[in-house]
Order: sequence, then structure tokens, then C-alpha cells
Amino acid sequence: MKITADSPPVLSVLDRPNSYIGRAVPRPNLQRLTQGRGQYISDVTLPRMAHVAYLRSPHAHARIVSIATEAAKKAPGVVAVVTGTELAKVMTPWVGVLTHLKGIKSAPQYPIAVDRACWQGEAVCAVVARTRAQAEDACELIDIVYEELPAVTNPETALDPATPVIHASLGDNLCFERKLDVGEVDKAFANSDAVVEATFVTGRHTGVCTEPRAVVADWNEGEQRMTVYHATQAPHMMQNLFAKHLDLSESQVRVLTKDVGGSFGIKVHTYADEMATVALSKLLKRPVKFVADRIESFVTDIHARDHRIKGKIGVTRDGVITAFEIDDLTGIGPYSVYPRTSGIEANQVVNLTGGPYNCPNYRAQARVVFQNKNVMCQYRAVGHPIAVAVTEGLVELAAAKIGMDPLEIRRRNLFPDDGYPAQTASGLKLEQLSHHEALAHLDTMINYAALRAEQKALRDKGIYRGIGFASFIEVTNPSAAFYGVGGAKITSQDGATVKLDAQGAITIHSGVTEQGQGAEAVLAQCVASSFGVSMDRVRVVTGDTDNTPYGGGTWASRAAGIGGEAAWQAGKALRGNVLAVAGAMLQAKPEELDIRNGVVVDKTTGAERLGLDELARVAYFRPDTLPPGFQAELMVTRHYVPRGWPFAFTNGIQASYLEVDTDTGFVKLLRHWCVEDCGTIINPQLVNEQIRGGVVQGIGAALFEQCLYDERGQMLNGNMADYLVPMAVEMPDIDCGHVVSPTADSELGAKGAGEAGTAGAPACIMNAINDALRPLGAQPLTDMPFTPGKILRALGKV
Amino acid sequence: MSMDIDITLTVNGERVTERVEARKTLVDFVRDDLGLTGSHVGCEHGVCGACTMRVDGVIVRGCLMLAAQCDGATVETIEGLSDSGEVADLQAAFEQRNALQCGYCTPGMLTAAQELLQQAQARNAVPSRDEIREHISGNYCRCTGYHAIVDAVESVAKARAGAKS
Amino acid sequence: MKPAPFAYKKARSLDEAIALLGENPDARLLAGGQSLMATLNMRLSAPSLLIDINGIGGLGGIAHKSGAVEIGALARHTDAERSATIAQHAPLIARAMPFIGHPAIRNRGTLGGSIAFADPAAELPACLLALDGEVDAQGPKGKRTIKAGDYFKGLYETALGPQEILTAIRLPAASADTRVGFAELARRHGDYAIVGLAASARADGKGLKDVRLAYFGVGNTPLRAAGSEAALARGDIDGAVAALDLDPHDDIQATGAVKKHLAGVLLRRVAAQLMEQRP
Repeated sequence: MKITADSPPVLSVLDRPNSYIGRAVPRPNLQRLTQGRGQYISDVTLPRMAHVAYLRSPHAHARIVSIATEAAKKAPGVVAVVTGTELAKVMTPWVGVLTHLKGIKSAPQYPIAVDRACWQGEAVCAVVARTRAQAEDACELIDIVYEELPAVTNPETALDPATPVIHASLGDNLCFERKLDVGEVDKAFANSDAVVEATFVTGRHTGVCTEPRAVVADWNEGEQRMTVYHATQAPHMMQNLFAKHLDLSESQVRVLTKDVGGSFGIKVHTYADEMATVALSKLLKRPVKFVADRIESFVTDIHARDHRIKGKIGVTRDGVITAFEIDDLTGIGPYSVYPRTSGIEANQVVNLTGGPYNCPNYRAQARVVFQNKNVMCQYRAVGHPIAVAVTEGLVELAAAKIGMDPLEIRRRNLFPDDGYPAQTASGLKLEQLSHHEALAHLDTMINYAALRAEQKALRDKGIYRGIGFASFIEVTNPSAAFYGVGGAKITSQDGATVKLDAQGAITIHSGVTEQGQGAEAVLAQCVASSFGVSMDRVRVVTGDTDNTPYGGGTWASRAAGIGGEAAWQAGKALRGNVLAVAGAMLQAKPEELDIRNGVVVDKTTGAERLGLDELARVAYFRPDTLPPGFQAELMVTRHYVPRGWPFAFTNGIQASYLEVDTDTGFVKLLRHWCVEDCGTIINPQLVNEQIRGGVVQGIGAALFEQCLYDERGQMLNGNMADYLVPMAVEMPDIDCGHVVSPTADSELGAKGAGEAGTAGAPACIMNAINDALRPLGAQPLTDMPFTPGKILRALGKV
Repeated sequence: MSMDIDITLTVNGERVTERVEARKTLVDFVRDDLGLTGSHVGCEHGVCGACTMRVDGVIVRGCLMLAAQCDGATVETIEGLSDSGEVADLQAAFEQRNALQCGYCTPGMLTAAQELLQQAQARNAVPSRDEIREHISGNYCRCTGYHAIVDAVESVAKARAGAKS
Repeated sequence: MKPAPFAYKKARSLDEAIALLGENPDARLLAGGQSLMATLNMRLSAPSLLIDINGIGGLGGIAHKSGAVEIGALARHTDAERSATIAQHAPLIARAMPFIGHPAIRNRGTLGGSIAFADPAAELPACLLALDGEVDAQGPKGKRTIKAGDYFKGLYETALGPQEILTAIRLPAASADTRVGFAELARRHGDYAIVGLAASARADGKGLKDVRLAYFGVGNTPLRAAGSEAALARGDIDGAVAALDLDPHDDIQATGAVKKHLAGVLLRRVAAQLMEQRP
């Protein structure tokens, strides 16, 4: 089933008389944001609240010889100056490993560096003061003597015997290694008509959320309770970690998220400075606020995607892919990030490479090495953009080598739509995908033949345009297989509590969180539909560990598929309970009644029988009029966790049309398309906007964004003038299309859609640039981001 | 010379008299001293545009002006633009088109877009998509990819032009 | 980050501002503030005093007089962008203006501030040099005029003395035979360019004379390309590109070699603009 226009309704089996499933319903919580009346953590102020600023290491690697804090302690407004050694007495260190990533290792990390700073930007001392400005003033008065140590900054030599070992206790600089050898790779290459090799580089980049990381921690000594206002994606995960490392019980910790100014995976990790802020509140027995400024964000927000991958593909003359092989090397920071680890990204590259293709021969090696640079961890579409770049880059290079159309080579190798369930060479289990239908849809959407004709005509005039594609699969709806089996207290299940209030309106409490993606709208749509009220009668509460069911929050495109299903089931269950009350009141059989538009009706005739307001009035205030022994239950909780499949994979294909100025190496993006299949579409507008936003993040990686480091481990472009994020002028309009293959694992059938855009866009742009330049004999470009300089070099102009 | 400055200005139609630190930026002043947290701090070096507000009728970066400079000025933030109804149609278009996700850039984006719409109205024109993109080129949005924002602004430009003619 | 503490004084006259500069050697002048404020917020600069000159009368305004366009130091970029005088008599400035920053920046930023700050990657200093303009300055010893060729001394360094204030920029008004060209290459609209070129010339039959090419983003100051100017005057575009004697350093956006190549590309594009007949 396809949607060709932008956001029309998609009717599904889930349709009920007043269904919102498949409809582009505006998000119910937007007005406060458009009016500037949202409340982000950076807006939170509490009585007696102090502000913390962190003095950060200017060196990538240095021994801290001494810290003199006397002058800072006397500075105006200063409440406390606290070193790492002092704070270590309040909070225990952590180690970012997971047991299912065999052999992964890391060293204990403290909230503030103890004895040694391991990257430029690591906090080495905290100043708590009445205002942030005063805290910064006092930071300038702290005198730290450093003894600079050699910095490990080149992943290629990180494992050489001559390279210093960052953590002596670990023995070497290897964090994690994975090897995989499936089928008969050597034989397959030997039997290929063409073998193409290329080395791909995906530049280290970062999330640059518009709202920097922020936390307000409030330890109430009288209550013995820690309340943390935290811009996080995973409040229950953080509740567990704050409790664990402060030696508290989880019931002593409450985490509230409020509005979050963008997250994209940046705000789902344990940050040393945020942990330190919580510890400082415990130490000082008062609220302490930390808002990262943009400069410190660049050297502390997790970085991602710093990979060098040697890739190899074999094909036959008629375009059958015979084998894939990759060797991935990634340089992370000095610590594996807690609790999700810095090994998952490389692990995903191994899992996902070759993912769309029915090719049984696959060999992979991935090595993750420590570096004296900012930490790396999971950022939107973890590992996907890298794996897709390698896979799709190789596929189009192979197509070019054998003279085959890039869509045709895909048609010959993509898993057949009628061949599911299937399994990739790496072992991923695929329930139901739609690669071919998506490709056919894209072919029509972009009017491929006409686009090729236009490209050819313009080439004759010296205008070089390129058309690039990227097929992809995306991990969504993760089960416990992602983290739980590895020992991390990150839940894969999620819950929804649905309550009928005394005026007949609905409140939902959900364990997933809103980061702007529209989770609250999706939850409201699910409950409004399964219960039977209009959207304006539904209110959603998320982001509060005291008041929501235990849940995982928002990451890995799980909120709609998992949180939505829990909400759908909770709404259905509440409908049953309400109809039981109605049956008692009306002396009717509950199964002959239904709820439509907030009214109890006769199921067959639709005749109105009873308003929910009246039902609620009786249930809450005149239960004495209900039959003896009957108890109304007007609040219901349901949970859901995927059990049928480890992950609900989605699929799709993107296309890019662009023009390269061969004199300047500048790339102009003309148009971008994405057809994807996220199963049941709950809200097509929200899905499309996730795709569009994700595509632009991927374009950033392809053309603009890179955290540049020198050999001493100094980040060279850690500000928004020098680190180039995508802005409006350079971005294209983006067209979206859909194929719908619901997952049978849930009644709703929804899979995730949050990362598909980011997964495919970099590869797509890369392939389009190479398509544009191929007639000029340019060396294929595989080193992101594709700057004008790199393009000019490929053209031999510099 | 004093490190603190007394200022009197009009903020969202209200007369405000405050003593501020000379170093305090306009955006920190409206947020911390006046509680107008609709103006956001995104970079503090004039690139992201999250702190975009109006001073004496034109949009400025709230992080690149001092509160001390605003003695005698008229300052309008998203709260004022909302309460007056001046951008109600633009806000509705953003909501309908889902031209915001996390909403952090939105007050600045709306304020910047409104300036373009006013300029376009003054010359009786509907700005092109390219002109819209250019006018919001100093406002960073990480969520939307801009397409929906351009759609929303374009729809309001057309509606306002239609309403006028 | 928040700025380090400083005092603030709104100067009511040039004399007062000059006197304050004398009394406070590490004071900084605050005009549009669009570059200064960012450096203060990052604590890259920590003056003891900011002298706000925005309230000084008579420093705004754009006027065409005696064959010149005079732009007051406090004229905002937006003023220039919308000025009919600039459009008619200083077309190079009009061409450059849309490339500078973004609307909110142009609403506050001043032309005088840009010239005084002398960022080597900025558009206006190069325009001043290309047009062979001059700046008026006032200091404790009175007023003086500095030719563009004598004004740019080094990285963010100008001929202005420590107590001197730039009061106006004067550009020769365009005549019927004036030809101007402007192009820059920035990876994002409104950013500082990787390399840019501002040019002026006079039509000479079908050719050009008095060609002045001022590059920006390729050195510590805007740079003339003298050899290329001569070649261009001869109508020899290939020769002009070959004669480019720039030696730009590597920076974050591009290597010196890339910048040099792009400088040649811009030269061809700007040459084409110079050769265009005026409408």
C-alpha cells in the first residue's frame, strides 16, 4: 500500500469509527512551543539553586599535578569548588561495557577527572556559584599544573606496540573487536567477474542539538530524595544510574524530562559532567544547575561515526553480488560510554553491511580503539549511515564497473518481497520487508528515465548532475536483545496507563518520552482510536519516573512501535472496563456496546446510549447506584515488548539529484526523495517529518559536518561558525513515499521511522556525486564529508 | 565606571526598569531577569538564531546585544508576539504543517519569518521558497530539515497576500 | 559562556568616546557588536570597559556628495542594503551586501565596524580596497583621512591609532564607465567565504582600465592582485589567472592550494561580470 501524496490518511485494519490511525493529526502539544511557553530544562529555576561551571582540560592527555582552588573559593558568589578526588567520595565511577559484546573493555570513569585528564574538554574541577557567570569567573582563578602526556590520536597506529597505552590497566588500546566470516567469501570473490575495493571514511561528527545538554539536580536532605530535571531520552535508565552511583535506592530518585530541545541520541548517555552535577547537589544539599554552553558541548557531547572501512564487493557479469567484505576501524574516546558502550556502533556496522541484499558470503572485521579525543557513542541511526555508505557505495561502484544501471543491480540482488521471513548473512532476522516495491515506487516518483535524459542533455552542455541511490534497512522496535541481554538496566518493554477522569476525558501516562518527534501525538492517536474518543479529550503525560509506567524512553525508533502498542492496548482495555460500567448502568451486554466519539453507543445501530461524562459521574460519585459487588476500574495499565523478533527491521530507498560545479567543487542539492516502509503508519505527517529531518542530518554528514582534530588531540572547529551544520539555503526539498508492511508482532503493526532518513542520505549523496563526476574520470569519492577541496582533488584540479 | 547599569525599556508593551550587570546579554536578561524563557540560548556566539527577538522593530540576535544597550529600547519577544496575536496565523501554520519538532528554534524562527512576511507585504509580494530559505538562513533547526518550515511560511505569505488583495 | 566582567559607558559624543579610550587603554568600542560580542561571550577578549558609540549623533547616514559616496560609521548593513544611493552610486557594495551574514546580523552590524574590525575574510574591507576608498578617522589629534591602500596593516590590524575612531567610509561614486564585480565561495550562505573577490574597473572601449582586484579570505588582510589586474586590463584572462601571486594559508575550510585554485575560478567569473555591459 502506497502513499504518493504528502500526508493523506492511510486506512488500515485498525480503523474504527473514529480512528486516528493513519491520519495527519496535528500534535496536541505544539501551541505552547510556538508561543514560547514550553519549559526546557534550561528554563528551570528552583529556590536556592546554584549554577555549576566546569573547568576543562586544555590538553588531550595530561597528568594533573596539582589543583590550587583557594583564590576561586574566595571569588564573589562562589558556593564551592570541588575537585575530582573530592567528588569521588560522593559518587562511584562506572565502566561502559556490555556482556554480549564479547571482550569489550574500558576503564573506570569518574564524574570529574581524578589524577589524569584523557581528552581535551574533560572536566577537571567544578565551581558552584550563585550565577553561571560568577562560576565562570572563578574558574579563571583556579591554577592547575598539568604534565602533558603523549596523546593517542591516530586510530591506524593505536594498536602498534610503539603507541602509548591510554589505560595501562587494560593492557592495550583495543576496546572491542568483532570478526565474522559467513559462507565462502574467498571462493565467491574468485568466482566473480568483477571485484571492487574501496576505502570509506565517515567523518567524526556530532548531534548539535539546538538546546545544549542541561540538568538541574535537587537533593532534598530532609526527604532523602534526589529530583533530577534532566533533558534526557531515557528517564528510567538515568534513575537507575543516578541511584546506583550515589548508592541510593531507585525510589529515592525521580527524573523529570520536561521539554527537550532535540536529542537524536545525544541525550541518551551518561555524561560525566551531568553525573557530577547530580553528585554536587547531593554534596551541597541544594539544587545545582548545569547547562552546557555550545563551546563545551562540542568537546563533550558524544561524537560518532569516526570510521575507516575498507570494503570489497564481488559481482558477476550479470550483476549478481557474490560477496561483501569489510574491515572497519573506529577510534572512540578514552572511555567506552556508559551504559550503552562505544562498541555498539561498530557492532552495528558489522550487522548491517550488506543488509538489503540476498548475498550469503560475508566477512567482516571491526576494531574499536581508544583515543585521546572526546568520547564517541550512539547518535541517530547508530552505525547505519556507515554500513549503508559502505554497502551502497560498493554496489554502485560495482554497477559502474560492469556497466549496469544502479537500480537494475539492486533489483537483481535485493531480498525478494515474497521471500520473507529471511535472514541476512550477518544473521539479522527479517520479518517482512518491501525493497522491490519501494524501489519501483521510487523509480516512478523521481521519473527516473526522464531524470537520466535531463542529466545526459545537461552533460553535453558541461553541466554535471548526478543521481544517486541508497537502499537500506533500519533497526527499530528493539527487544531485550539490544541492551538487556548485555546486563544494562535499559528496559525494552514500555507501558501506558490510561485513565478516565471524572468528566469523561482521558489521561495517558507513558514511559516513552517526547523529544519533538511527536510521540505524545502518536500515543494520543492510539488511545483515542482504541478507546473511542476524540483527540481533544486526551491528555498525555510523559517524562516523569514518579508518574509514568516503567519504560525505556525514546531511542532506536521505539516510541511509536513499542510505546504506541502499549497505549493502543491500554486504550482497548479501558474501553472494555468502561463498557462493563455502561452495561451495568444500562442493563445491556457490554459486548453489544461500543464507544464512539466519547459516547457509549449501541454497537450495531450506532445509537447513542450514554455520555462518558455521565458514566464517570456515576462511577466516581454514585457507585452506590451500580449493582452490588460491581467495581468500576477506570484506570488501566498495559505493557508491551516485542517478543517475536529481536528487532522490527524497516527498509527503504533514497535518491538524490544534485549538481557539481566542477570548477569549484561545490555541490548543489536539487532534490531528494525517500520511500520507506515503517509498517503501519500512525501519523503520515510525523513520519514524513522524521524522514525529512533525518535526511538533512545525513546530508550534514555527507557534505558539511566533521569534528576536526589535530595530531595533539585538539579539536579545531568546536564552535558553530567553524563546525558547519546544515542551514536552510543549502538544503533541498524532500519528497517522501511509503510502502506499508506491518509487523505481525503487535496489533498496531507499527515499526519505527526516526532514523531511516539519516541512515540512507550520506550514501545517497556520495553516490550522486560520483555519478555526476564519473564521465570526467574522477576518482570515486568515499571520504566524507565531501568538501570542495576533496572534489577538486578527485577531479585532478588541485 | 559601574559594572552595573540601570535601564528602562519597554518589553512586550510593558515598561521595565532594572539594574543589570553590564556584561549581561539581552537574551540572558529577558530570560533570567524577566522570566521570558521563550527566547532560547543555543550558541551564545551569534550563529544559531535561537535567541532571535525584535529590538526597535527589527530582528536581532539576543546574544549579540547587551541588556545595557537597550535602555530606552522597545523589545519584543515571542511571548509578546504571541499575546498580541501578531503571528497567530504563522503559529497556526507551523502547528498544522508540523514545522517544528522539539520547538527550541521555533520562537526565533517565527520571529525571523515574520520579518520577511512583513517586508514582503510591504512590497506586495509573495516571497519565493528560495527567498524564504535565505531569510531564515541564520536560524538553525536540527529537527525538521527546513522543508516544513518553508512550506508553513510560504502558506502564510500566500494567505496574507490573498487576504489583502 | 558568559562574558568576563566589564564596565559599560554610552558615549554621547566622539570627543567623549576618544577621551574614554585615552583613559582606558584596554577599552573596546561597541558599534554593531556582531563580531565583538561573540568574542566577549567566548571570553576570547576581556576589556575592562565597553564604550558604546551607538548613541553618538551624526555617524549614521549614507550620502552622495562631491563625486563620492560617504557612509557614516554607524550605518547598518541593512541601511546600505536598502539604500538607493548605494544601489546607484556604489554598486559594488550593493552586490556584496546579500553575502554578508544573515538578516538579524545585518540589522545590527555596521559598515564602520566591519572596516574597523578588518576581518581578512570579510567582504567590505575588500570592497573598500577594490574601490580605492578611504576612511575618515578622528582621534585626540583631530581628524584625518586614510586611503584604503594604507589602511590595512595586518591580521585585524589597521592604521587606526589606539584612540582613533573610524567615523566614515568614503567611496568614489560610480560613473557611467564604472564596472564592478563581486563573487565569493562560502560553503553556506552568509558564512565567511573560503575565498572572495571584489573588483572594480573602468570601461575602456571594449576593454578595461584601472582594474582593481581585492581578494578576501586569502591572507592577513584583503589583498590586491596587481599582476592579474594588469593582465585583465589587457583582456588576457588566462594571463590574469596565471599571474595570481596569492599564497593563501591552509585553514579549516580549505587548503591553500584549494583557495588558490578557487581564486582563479573567481577571477574568471568576476572578469565576466566586469566585461558585462551595464544595462
